[in-house]
Amino acid sequence: MEKRVVFNNRVLPYLLLTPQLAVTLVFFIWPAVQALKQSVLLEDPFGLSSQFVWFDNFIALAEDPLYLESLYITAFFSGAVALLALTSALYLAIQADRVIRGATLYKTMLIWPYAIAPAVAGILWLLLFNPTMGLLPYALGAMGYTWNHYTNGGQAQFLVILAAAWRQVSYNFIFFLAGLQAIPKSLIEAAAIDGAGPARRFWTVVFPLLAPTTFFLIVINIIYAFFDTFGVIHAITQGGPAGATNILVYKVFNDGFIGLDLGGSAAQSVVLMVIVIALTVIQFRYIERRVHY
Amino acid sequence: MVENRPWLTWLTHAVLVIGVLVVAFPIYVTFVASTHALFDLVQVPMPLWPGDKFVDNYLQALTAGLGEGSGTQAIGAARMLFNSLVMALGIAVGKIAISIIAAFAIVYFRFPFRMTAFWLIFITLMLPVEVRILPTYKVVADLGLLDTYAGLIVPLIASATATFMFRQVFLAIPDELTEAARIDGAGPMRFFFDIVLPLSRTNIAALFVILFIYGWNQYLWPLIITTDQSMLTIIIAIQRMLAVGDDQAEWQIVMATAMLAMLPPVVVVVTMQRLFVKGLTGTEK
Amino acid sequence: MAEVNLREVVKDYGDLRVIHGVSCDIRDGEFLVIVGPSGCGKSTLLRMIAGLEQITGGEIAIGGRVVNELEPAARDIAMVFQNYALYPHMSVYDNMAYGLRIRGLPKAEIDTRVRRAAGILELGEELLRRKPRQLSGGQRQRVAMGRAIVRDPAVFLFDEPLSNLDAKLRVQMRLEIKKLQQNLGVTSIYVTHDQVEAMTLGHRLMVLNGGVVEQLGPPIALYERPATRFVAGFIGSPAMNFLTARIGADGTTVDLPGGDRLPLPDGDFAAHAGRPVTLGIRPEHLEPAAEGIGVAVAHLTVVVTEQLGADTLIHGHFGNDRSDLTVRLHGTVHAAAGDVLPLSVRPEHLHLFDPDSGRRLDPAA
Repeated sequence: MEKRVVFNNRVLPYLLLTPQLAVTLVFFIWPAVQALKQSVLLEDPFGLSSQFVWFDNFIALAEDPLYLESLYITAFFSGAVALLALTSALYLAIQADRVIRGATLYKTMLIWPYAIAPAVAGILWLLLFNPTMGLLPYALGAMGYTWNHYTNGGQAQFLVILAAAWRQVSYNFIFFLAGLQAIPKSLIEAAAIDGAGPARRFWTVVFPLLAPTTFFLIVINIIYAFFDTFGVIHAITQGGPAGATNILVYKVFNDGFIGLDLGGSAAQSVVLMVIVIALTVIQFRYIERRVHY
Repeated sequence: MVENRPWLTWLTHAVLVIGVLVVAFPIYVTFVASTHALFDLVQVPMPLWPGDKFVDNYLQALTAGLGEGSGTQAIGAARMLFNSLVMALGIAVGKIAISIIAAFAIVYFRFPFRMTAFWLIFITLMLPVEVRILPTYKVVADLGLLDTYAGLIVPLIASATATFMFRQVFLAIPDELTEAARIDGAGPMRFFFDIVLPLSRTNIAALFVILFIYGWNQYLWPLIITTDQSMLTIIIAIQRMLAVGDDQAEWQIVMATAMLAMLPPVVVVVTMQRLFVKGLTGTEK
Repeated sequence: MAEVNLREVVKDYGDLRVIHGVSCDIRDGEFLVIVGPSGCGKSTLLRMIAGLEQITGGEIAIGGRVVNELEPAARDIAMVFQNYALYPHMSVYDNMAYGLRIRGLPKAEIDTRVRRAAGILELGEELLRRKPRQLSGGQRQRVAMGRAIVRDPAVFLFDEPLSNLDAKLRVQMRLEIKKLQQNLGVTSIYVTHDQVEAMTLGHRLMVLNGGVVEQLGPPIALYERPATRFVAGFIGSPAMNFLTARIGADGTTVDLPGGDRLPLPDGDFAAHAGRPVTLGIRPEHLEPAAEGIGVAVAHLTVVVTEQLGADTLIHGHFGNDRSDLTVRLHGTVHAAAGDVLPLSVRPEHLHLFDPDSGRRLDPAA
């Protein structure tokens, strides 16, 4: 869509675009190009010279069991966070859409965790699950189950998934509720008159109409789990124990800033870039389709 | 709903109450933890009711939450809250300002390289800080912006999302208004300030709420470009306070700081709920 | 106060020509109405005069000054838009004052002008403080006119200003616009697709079709002597009936397919003798056949009757080729489907058009 009516001015539009484009070029495009460049270079340990090594850095990544492990952990982590955050949000949204009294209050009470930073969310759950003083390890201990996510990788994964999903439930809840409220009541009533019970109505009428929202949220949740959960990992587990929560974003930070492996870190950045581009394309394809509805 | 069964209504409310409790429980425990002395806190099990150290803990958190380090002075949450506020406001205002004029240029003018500019802005969507972290750090370091507010803010204020949102808003402004303004003698900037800006008011407000929270909750970026304790944001400070190695972390102070870190964005979301939801979903007129 | 001169005005959108050299001199104080079907270019032409569209070729002059390259604000015009285009966030007062403020008029002067316009349009003090969305359609229309009046322009431009109003309000506002233009005496150009507005509002009427002026003249002249078949069909409601016919061998009659012959009005049609023509007859010019007046056209077989109260519209078939014909008769006439009505028409109410070019055929001088 374009405007029919425009202003004529040769200089003004460029002036208006300058700040945005300057920031974009200096802090986005240029560094991205640098990352691309570095990903095909190998620097000597003192950073004095570098040589062009084609795709050696990527091949090294593909052969690095730690990286493949991290890839696998990331996939599992994202899938689990998305699944947990989406299903619980959908369930709550359906209930909230149903109530008449107190709907606004429930809504308020359910959306505010979105305002909490992922890292802070991580720390709240860390307190709850702290092996020495946390309430939940105490309760679990009473049931004969030992909780120590500092040594048990599975437990550490469970904890970061819980903390990451907890905050995202709010976000999904807002979208699901908006989606549910956009469904015309007459449609539900027509289905009821056709003799469909509540469960059938949900699966045959409501859920298909929510499909665009759900699809959109799946993409957003995966992007969230990939990138925005860095804070959760950094605050709770630092990728441990023994790499059990070392997701790609944490690994690229760790290898680059702590390990100072420039080429490897840049190659990891490029892989991440490809993932975001793929996710963005999927997301925009979908939005294009939504426009045509 | 079509059915009218009282037990179903009760069940619905029960589910929602459980949901609210699960959501709120970690916050409650955090609050409880922030009101006890460390000694009481490390008892097993940890207390379930608020203690009497509320004032002590919060005062200490605000004034000297982050203890003296090697060569650094103790520093309190008050300073970090201020840093976070500067960063969140800077990012929100900066993003809105540069995006709204960029969108205005793209929508209301025709000029060479217009689509190039559009795609350059679009590309930023695909380049989150995580995928270009080292080179961006290097750029900021070369510009001498480490440990500065400008360094915290400026690299984050390019925004494809905000630009596209304003583009949508502008496209919805009827062409006749532009023509009427031209007949009234308004040039482009006069039109921008007199007509476009007032008509975008609610969208600006909604975006402001979203971006304030986005800015407040930044983590990776402030983590890598701030080393000076006095420039830490509150979110990073909490992580620092926990990372004490073998020493016993002062959980009660950490939790008081966490409560302080949560408070501003939560207040913003709760008081501006309608704008917040509008900003997120783009619904409601 | 000014005249407006269009000289061979042309507009292209890329390769597509939408205005094909329109010329017209609009006198000072004249009210010109431009009418035509949608897509005929009438709004484009108006917007070119306003300066909202570039002029591809030709010249437009306002008050003797060529304005082709001038910004709208510099052309000394005011425009009333179809959807009013009121600034939604400004009060009625500010909507009217905005253009004057940009021109840098003193505050007192602005206030005087706004209040005078509000007085003319009967917009009360309390209304001036409201926002556009708190107004009814008719009130918004008035404010849009007020915004034009305060500028005290040389030319008023109206772009279908009444099309968003309901039927009753449209009638009322139509009258008000006419009175206003009479009182202020400002040169006005008014674009519409509405028959009645076209006939009643202007001193002169321009019928535009496909970017070409079909005819320009006083409305009643266009009604009585349409220059083309298009104008004939466009002006008048219900629309003129068109029949396929042929001029008689001696040039004094027009022969209908059924064998009926109608006498032509006085004049020399000998040059056209024997040629095929399109015969136009307005529904209101057909009368029940009576002795002495004209000659029976044919026997119309009634299909549908619409009784409008004052009038009765009868739609039916006639002639061998069962051409459709609409007749407007007095409201007291009743007819049922299947009835056969003998009808007559006066010779001076016959319109003859060339079937190929659509141009009117006149007797040789």
